[in-house]
Amino acid sequence: MKIHEYQAKGLMKKYGIPVEIGVAVSDLSEAASAIAKVQELSKSQAVVVKAQIHAGGRGKGGGVKYSPTTEEALENCNKIMGMTLITPQTTAEGQLVKKLFITQAIDIDKEFYLAITLDRATNSPVIIASAEGGVEIEEVAEKSPEKIFKQPIDIRFGLHGFQVANVVKALGITGASARQASRLITNLYKCYEETDASIAEINPLVLTKDGEVLALDAKFNFDDSALFRHKDIAELRDLDEEDPDEVEAAQHHLSFVNLDGNVGCMVNGAGLAMATMDIIKLKGGEPANFLDVGGSANPETVKAAFKIILRDPKVKAILINIFGGIVRCDRIANGVIDALAELDLNVPVVVRLQGTNAEEAKEILAKADVDLIAATDLDEAASKVVNAAQGN
Amino acid sequence: MSILINKDSRIIVQGITGKEGGFHAQQCYDYGKNIVGGVTPGKGGSTVLEAKVPVFDTCKEAVDTLGANVSLIFVPPAFAADAVKEAAAAGIALIVCITEHIPVRDMQNAAAFVKECGARLIGPNCPGLLTPGEAKVGIMPAHVVKPGNVGIISKSGTLTYEAAHQLCLVGLGQSTCCGIGGDPIIGTNMVELLDLFQADPDTDAIVMIGEIGGSMEIEAAYHIRDNITKPVVSFIAGATAPAGRRMGHAGAIVSGADESAAAKMAILKKCGVVVSENPAGIGEAVKTILG
Repeated sequence: MKIHEYQAKGLMKKYGIPVEIGVAVSDLSEAASAIAKVQELSKSQAVVVKAQIHAGGRGKGGGVKYSPTTEEALENCNKIMGMTLITPQTTAEGQLVKKLFITQAIDIDKEFYLAITLDRATNSPVIIASAEGGVEIEEVAEKSPEKIFKQPIDIRFGLHGFQVANVVKALGITGASARQASRLITNLYKCYEETDASIAEINPLVLTKDGEVLALDAKFNFDDSALFRHKDIAELRDLDEEDPDEVEAAQHHLSFVNLDGNVGCMVNGAGLAMATMDIIKLKGGEPANFLDVGGSANPETVKAAFKIILRDPKVKAILINIFGGIVRCDRIANGVIDALAELDLNVPVVVRLQGTNAEEAKEILAKADVDLIAATDLDEAASKVVNAAQGN
Repeated sequence: MSILINKDSRIIVQGITGKEGGFHAQQCYDYGKNIVGGVTPGKGGSTVLEAKVPVFDTCKEAVDTLGANVSLIFVPPAFAADAVKEAAAAGIALIVCITEHIPVRDMQNAAAFVKECGARLIGPNCPGLLTPGEAKVGIMPAHVVKPGNVGIISKSGTLTYEAAHQLCLVGLGQSTCCGIGGDPIIGTNMVELLDLFQADPDTDAIVMIGEIGGSMEIEAAYHIRDNITKPVVSFIAGATAPAGRRMGHAGAIVSGADESAAAKMAILKKCGVVVSENPAGIGEAVKTILG
């Protein structure tokens, strides 16, 4: 689960990580008072207006504006709120800005990169640090990997003081600021561990002209499987930032992602679902979605899946590809029949059922006298659905 | 022969009195007759599977009484990591965890603990293991496999079934089918299983199914080039999956590698692996090699 920058900063503040003064705004009517409050607390006229969306690269898309006066701050609020922000990390359509974060403007001396995430290969958290901050860290990693420092942490022992010192040295922060940086790193690790975060990224971490170390931006990602023990973090979820079809699918225990093609897919298992998309493409079609019905598929979930797929007007044909293991094919067949009876189906449906109770399923479908195109193997199913989508 | 499990495995099921655990324990029992016991705290002293299989409160009791050496876990996500640790502490050598949605922190800790105990973990979030004709420790449908000489390693459950099914259609059976799981933290990786199949005299070819994300397939590719003499056929799922739908960059930085399907397939090919770009072509590709 992702959260906004302003929420991440609220969380970091609780863990004693220094952040700049800021007030979040979800309605333009609150903008003037938010600006005034930030000005008062920071004892300065200048503020920064930052769009709050779940994607990085906001500055490049025009979503972050330095505003030296109150008038300009208000003008920027008006401009950014409600704009559709397109950044390298959003979809091509962009993301509508519904929240702003008004912050104090900081006099920056140096910018750094700091993140904690999981290294899957070694089963250990790793702190990633670079003196090249505020820029695309992927570019740094590619062009000059020697500028990226990695400190793995053995979870049996936790983070050691000397490891923190290694990171501070790699950042190149010295003197009194080094002690601040050490505290910040220690607290960030504590926050990362205690909240079941999967990524805690500060880019940029800055050293101000006054020698203060603080987090100027923050991205946090949390382990969905652990949200049950973090009610406070689960409450930070912003459904406005998510695709409504994907949210609805999740309520039915379906894993769904909208894509741009014309062949709808209903598959069990993430790997087979991706493979089904791949073979549709190999046959000259384009998948309209990724949809994994999961291990507990029943007639209800199949019906819900059909509804979500059919909502997309681009869909010209649907492929149901089920290899029953835990999922029983007869249950899927009953779900398909229920859905066809209830929904106004105007596109051809190719069905391929294999595995547990596949024979029973075939009988159920044959008896039901429904208009389906049957397929036995994966290659045949993909060819048939691509043909059908092309109107052949 | 086979790897990891065979007809002599003495298997217990943790969570055997649950709905899923009970159903699949029955299936595994019907297949290999080597489910010897179950564990559910508070249900010790009872029996399941038509009174043929005793239930214990703890793994330790099951190991002491039955000499169990394999445990199959169907415990809910909030308690599954602890079940893994209990099995390892009780001296179980091979632990297969089917449960999905286990918090990553819990698995990190459990995986480290299992290693300390000298045990092996398969999974979590996997379909488990199946040695055709001998033993089933997981949820793979038994009727899509048959005994033979091809080993399967797969991140994905249903693609494991698909691969086994395709092999059967071209007349090839399997030595052992292994679903390793798709979670960020898993107990046994592709490289370890490649070594086990390489050492197994009855495995003549290996099917390795991966997907986008992570760097395990890339490490496996170089390991195959340097250490594996048996032919390997691979498919990588996700060539059409949309890129860049993630937050932050830290994940990609860790491995410093390109985690796309195209990049993985290119490296596998370079390392001498036969890559089937069509997921329906896995069986044929193996048949072409084995003749």
